[in-house]
Amino acid sequence: MLNKSLGQKLAAVGLSGLLAIFAAACGAGKKAPDGGQAIKIGVNAEMTGPVSSFGMSSANAMKLAAKQINSSGGALGRQLQLVFADNKSEPAEAAAAATKLIAQDKVAAVLGPLISSTTLACTKIAQDRKIPLLTPSATNPAVTVQNGKTLEYVFRSCFIDDFMGGLMADFAQNSLKAKTAALFIDSASDLSKSTAGIFEAFFVKNGGKIVSKEAYLAKDTDFKATLTKIKAVNPDVIFVPGNYQEAGMIVKQARELDLLQPIVGVDAWDSPKLFDIGGAAALNNTYYPGHYSPDDTRPEVQKFVKEYKEEYGVVPDTQAVLGYDSVFVLVDAIKRAGSDDPEKIRGALAATKGLRTVSGVITLDDSHNPIKGAVINENKEGKVTFRERVDPNP
Amino acid sequence: MDSSSFLSQFIQQMINGISLGSIYALIALGYTMVYGILKLINFAHGDIYMLGAYAGFFAASVLRLSFFPSLLFAMLAAALAGMAIERLAYRPLRRAPRITALITAIGVSFFLDYTLILFVSPQPRTFPAIFESEIYRFYGIIINSQQILIFAVSLLLMAFLTYVVQCTRIGKAMRAVSYDTDTARLMGINVDKVISWTFALGSALAAAAGVLVGIYYNSIDPLMGMMPGIKAFVAAVLGGIGIIPGAMAGGLILGIVEAMASGFLSSTFRDAVAFSILILILLFKPSGLLGKNTREKV
Repeated sequence: MLNKSLGQKLAAVGLSGLLAIFAAACGAGKKAPDGGQAIKIGVNAEMTGPVSSFGMSSANAMKLAAKQINSSGGALGRQLQLVFADNKSEPAEAAAAATKLIAQDKVAAVLGPLISSTTLACTKIAQDRKIPLLTPSATNPAVTVQNGKTLEYVFRSCFIDDFMGGLMADFAQNSLKAKTAALFIDSASDLSKSTAGIFEAFFVKNGGKIVSKEAYLAKDTDFKATLTKIKAVNPDVIFVPGNYQEAGMIVKQARELDLLQPIVGVDAWDSPKLFDIGGAAALNNTYYPGHYSPDDTRPEVQKFVKEYKEEYGVVPDTQAVLGYDSVFVLVDAIKRAGSDDPEKIRGALAATKGLRTVSGVITLDDSHNPIKGAVINENKEGKVTFRERVDPNP
Repeated sequence: MDSSSFLSQFIQQMINGISLGSIYALIALGYTMVYGILKLINFAHGDIYMLGAYAGFFAASVLRLSFFPSLLFAMLAAALAGMAIERLAYRPLRRAPRITALITAIGVSFFLDYTLILFVSPQPRTFPAIFESEIYRFYGIIINSQQILIFAVSLLLMAFLTYVVQCTRIGKAMRAVSYDTDTARLMGINVDKVISWTFALGSALAAAAGVLVGIYYNSIDPLMGMMPGIKAFVAAVLGGIGIIPGAMAGGLILGIVEAMASGFLSSTFRDAVAFSILILILLFKPSGLLGKNTREKV
């Protein structure tokens, strides 16, 4: 989600290397965990710093998950022990935290970091030390695949951004019954382009037709000329993989030109400003995906929302759900591995298939990215409402 | 509705282009007036347009004024800002080489943008709905009341400007200064005052454009002036910089060309087409479409 400069990344990698050597020298004398002891899982989280709200939500949800698992007997007959390390929302600190968890605390696996910049600073450590790292919420593709190769020890349990293109294509065809679609892409954004590419691939594969492909540049304000052109081909649905700022204006101007068909977007639409810019009436019949909605009626979701509220007094946010699910993905792998040996956990994680979690049924693909469903939010009379779930077949 | 027919699509794009072009024209007028008098390309002009939008935003959301008072407030605020900028940044450089003033103008532009970011944050703001949009349909062609407003206000302001320049004492003085500054001064014209008035008028027009854009697109941000500023400059050069009817024609042509390029070629070619026009004009008719070799410019 957040990216730091190259310099910071290099600094983080350099520092992490030094720390790794230092920590290895210090940690060599300690004993490895015995069979009867608790299974130690490291949590490398953004507890302080700019994205500390992510860290707090995730940590709370992970504690709840561990508590529930332990009260029902733990995993492999052993209790789970979460070992927390604060990475201060900084890549260098994240690398240090990962090294500390692995070298000093001797954890079997590490959950987190939560955002892409900090996670990228830790992937090499996980690879070098051969300890599985599972991030609940870092969405940058480079977290699990670098230089065209999947990192054996790095996994994630959230879908990557451009996967939403496929979900929305699925939704447009199955739920909105769209046969033709127009794409309106932010040509300054690689993410927008790759998301549109995945939308197109899914839409065409399932018999749909892309009748128009148009582009705009971020910061544009006038979309009417292009929308007039789109109107001439009259698609069943328009896909706008862009930020709420331009998306709001596009929807407003489309409605002013009597383009009344459904318009679908991506999670970058998620902002209260969307309604200010687009207007509540214009935004009716528009949809965008999310990882989770508290209004989702599935029993897993309602059970989690109830338990989280009982524990912490607030409705869990998306970050909490992703943190909660990551614990279950890891524990599922530990159970299938039949051991807390990092190497066996790694193998089991890679084979994760059809695991039911709060945010959807998770299957990890060859790139260690999950294929899983999402919720579709509908903008209705100025409010974001839960419309339905989409669960694509892997 | 036969929106797929070529003719109705053409007319619809014409309407889209005219509303966009009216905005370019209003901004281009300020460029052209200042150039006509000082031979200065005032690159801070696009930022005056942005300031005007924020002044209108302030008037409408904080002072809760309705459309016309907000528009007048913004125009007045921008006129004062324009005069202040001229007094503080350009007048001390009146005798300096032209490149110095040009660089200063770029400096002023960034100064305005980033000072405003400091005070109002770079986040876009939603413009209050002080002029509701109503949609009119004729045989598949759609016109929005805000598009009519933009066109009408632009026409009115251009007519007013033409009247000021052609029929008033200050207009006569402006023409005189434009024609020959030194002689005008010898004839007893207060050149500094005339230049000040020119900046005030040009800035007020840009502010009007800013408010209209705020209403039309519903969103303003501190960097909104950059691209329209450059486009308006292209419009001014296209029509013949220094010539008032040229700026109007240039603005409208540019808006229509952009709409047609987006509509019939591809939206990604839009800016390429706009700037290709600039290059072609500079190659084949450097004085612009309405440019003549005479020196009568304002």
